[in-house]
Amino acid sequence: VTVGTRLSIGVLLPDVLGTYSDAGNAVVLARRAGWAGISADVVSITAELAPPTTCDIYVIGGGEDLAQAFAAGWLAQQRGLRTALDGSATVLAVCAGFQIIGTDFTDPRGVRHAGISLIDASTVQRSRRAVGQVVAQCVVPAVGLLSGFENHGGATRLGPGAAPLAHVLSGCGNGSDRDGQVRAEGVLAPRLVATYLHGPVLARNPALADHLLATVLGSSFTPPALDLIPDAAAMRASYLGRPENHSSLVGTVALPPRTRDGRAHRDGARSQLLRRLALVVLLLAAVVGMVLALLGIHA
Amino acid sequence: MIIGGRVTAALCPTALARLTEGRRVVLVTGTNGKTTTSYLVAAALRTMAPVAHNDTGANMADGALAAVMHDRHSPLVVLETDELHLSGIAAATRPEIVVALNLSRDQLDRVREVRGTAAALAAVGAEHEGATMVANSDDPLLVWALVGRPGRTIWLAGGGRWAGDAIGCPGCGALLSRSPDGPRWQCSCGLRRPTPDWAIHQGGLLSPHGFRRLRMRLPGRFNATNALAAVAVAAEMGVDVGRAVSAVEQVTEIGGRYRIVTVGRRRVRLLLAKNPAGWAETIPILGPSSAVVVAINAREADGRDVSWLWDVPFEDLRGRYVAAVGDRAADLGVRLSYACVPHETVLDPLTALAGSPEGDVDVVADYTSFRALIRRLDDLPVSPR
Repeated sequence: VTVGTRLSIGVLLPDVLGTYSDAGNAVVLARRAGWAGISADVVSITAELAPPTTCDIYVIGGGEDLAQAFAAGWLAQQRGLRTALDGSATVLAVCAGFQIIGTDFTDPRGVRHAGISLIDASTVQRSRRAVGQVVAQCVVPAVGLLSGFENHGGATRLGPGAAPLAHVLSGCGNGSDRDGQVRAEGVLAPRLVATYLHGPVLARNPALADHLLATVLGSSFTPPALDLIPDAAAMRASYLGRPENHSSLVGTVALPPRTRDGRAHRDGARSQLLRRLALVVLLLAAVVGMVLALLGIHA
Repeated sequence: MIIGGRVTAALCPTALARLTEGRRVVLVTGTNGKTTTSYLVAAALRTMAPVAHNDTGANMADGALAAVMHDRHSPLVVLETDELHLSGIAAATRPEIVVALNLSRDQLDRVREVRGTAAALAAVGAEHEGATMVANSDDPLLVWALVGRPGRTIWLAGGGRWAGDAIGCPGCGALLSRSPDGPRWQCSCGLRRPTPDWAIHQGGLLSPHGFRRLRMRLPGRFNATNALAAVAVAAEMGVDVGRAVSAVEQVTEIGGRYRIVTVGRRRVRLLLAKNPAGWAETIPILGPSSAVVVAINAREADGRDVSWLWDVPFEDLRGRYVAAVGDRAADLGVRLSYACVPHETVLDPLTALAGSPEGDVDVVADYTSFRALIRRLDDLPVSPR
């Protein structure tokens, strides 16, 4: 993109993969580009139309299982679009979108679907769904800590041709690494970010949005000032806690305290628990008596 | 009361079945509108006989049990029923009628995927042949779940389904084709909108009983469709349509929702919206130039994930005074900034109210912040009007 042109952001299949509000990522990109003085258009690319192949950035979001299979089949038929995704365009793929751009994914019924092979990643089903907040250390230094909400049944194994976007500090992420390894979240490639994080991820992590914009716009992009989003710092602090809570944890496991103080604290907690338990039992007995009287089933 | 329900359920698993035996039971389920619709059904049925109703919004098995324990003699029972607990409550209460309003995304961290909820509803529809289902023909998920079931089904033109989750066909995943000028929809696999038995038509209700004008005191098109469901239920159970319509028209407040309170020189209206579908219905009923206080807690009962805020068109609030409040005020504030809506971010809703301009204020809150706000407003000293 050269100075004076407009940035074009395509939202792929918002009608099919719209379940997790990931289209908000396009709003974040467009606004941040605008604040940096570069006009941006957001294009909704729905399934019934021939997709434009000239967008600068394509975002693809999460969706339910049937919708994901449909989206993978639809993308496979769009040769021009696939060439664009594979070549000049920048891509942000989230959750189902992440799985679709891999080599293949297996759905909850055990049916294997082909992906469009933008990245070397293969997804199978986890035994238990991963649901909850994630904190991860992004491998892009300027991005720092990532936060997001994950909700997926897939475990994605990265092949030798793919590198993670981040290392998980809490939560699941890709969920497919062997014990002892640093747990991976997402995929990072020169013009691509794939992740399991919702929120939307770029709203939670403005530095990641700026990373994508810099990828497209190069030196013509200067990240907008922090005070344009006055609540961002408080929001990030609420999910990340204080930075020192995480910065030393990369690749290690947090252990419970083993000092005498810790032990004494637990003993105190135990006696308090016992007192509460006694109170609950008493209350329960009273309520049971009342209920039995109400129901008229006492002897 | 709920604790009593919980304890009784633990002691006597058949209590709900025993306490509803011989009573005529209506269950009301769906993502949005079940509290309001159950109030309207109860109001319409009271013209015929006394009604036991879980009017606190406690809509799981313990809440249902508490309601029928508290009122053990009313011959009619109306139970707002959480969509995830419908199966168990239906098995225990053997309902005469089940109302299915709509299914959309709500609390993804708890409910997972909305199609699974539809499948559970389908199982209830198949198992309870004797129950009449009253369902929205405009919701493809409900039609997929209930069409072809054994037993009687009354279809409503319930309209208003938020299309943001409307994915493809719930049966086969292909895209639904919708008629551009009307509510009809169909899929190449054969799933299509059934012809409705009841509909909103030119300011009234159109049904096999003829046309009746409807003048609701509750605001919004969606409350007219909630009333449509309530009157259809009452008519099916033998209430005269005219009497049912009068009863639902007189309802002004639903457990604190739509209540108007005075705070200083502010006329504050309390509204509840907890997901994109609820917001889509709420934005059109905001006062023409009212200040808006949006409260988001996102606690357990609300669903912890606030991603859905990005599917609410907050851009529509530009030009109003807006305050973001609640545990998740910062997340909401970020969303508002990207929507280019200047706002105040305040944790406490009463502080925000005190700081908002005089005149009309609409408070739009999620479930837990709404409950907390109602309690605190009740505790305020009454201010002169």
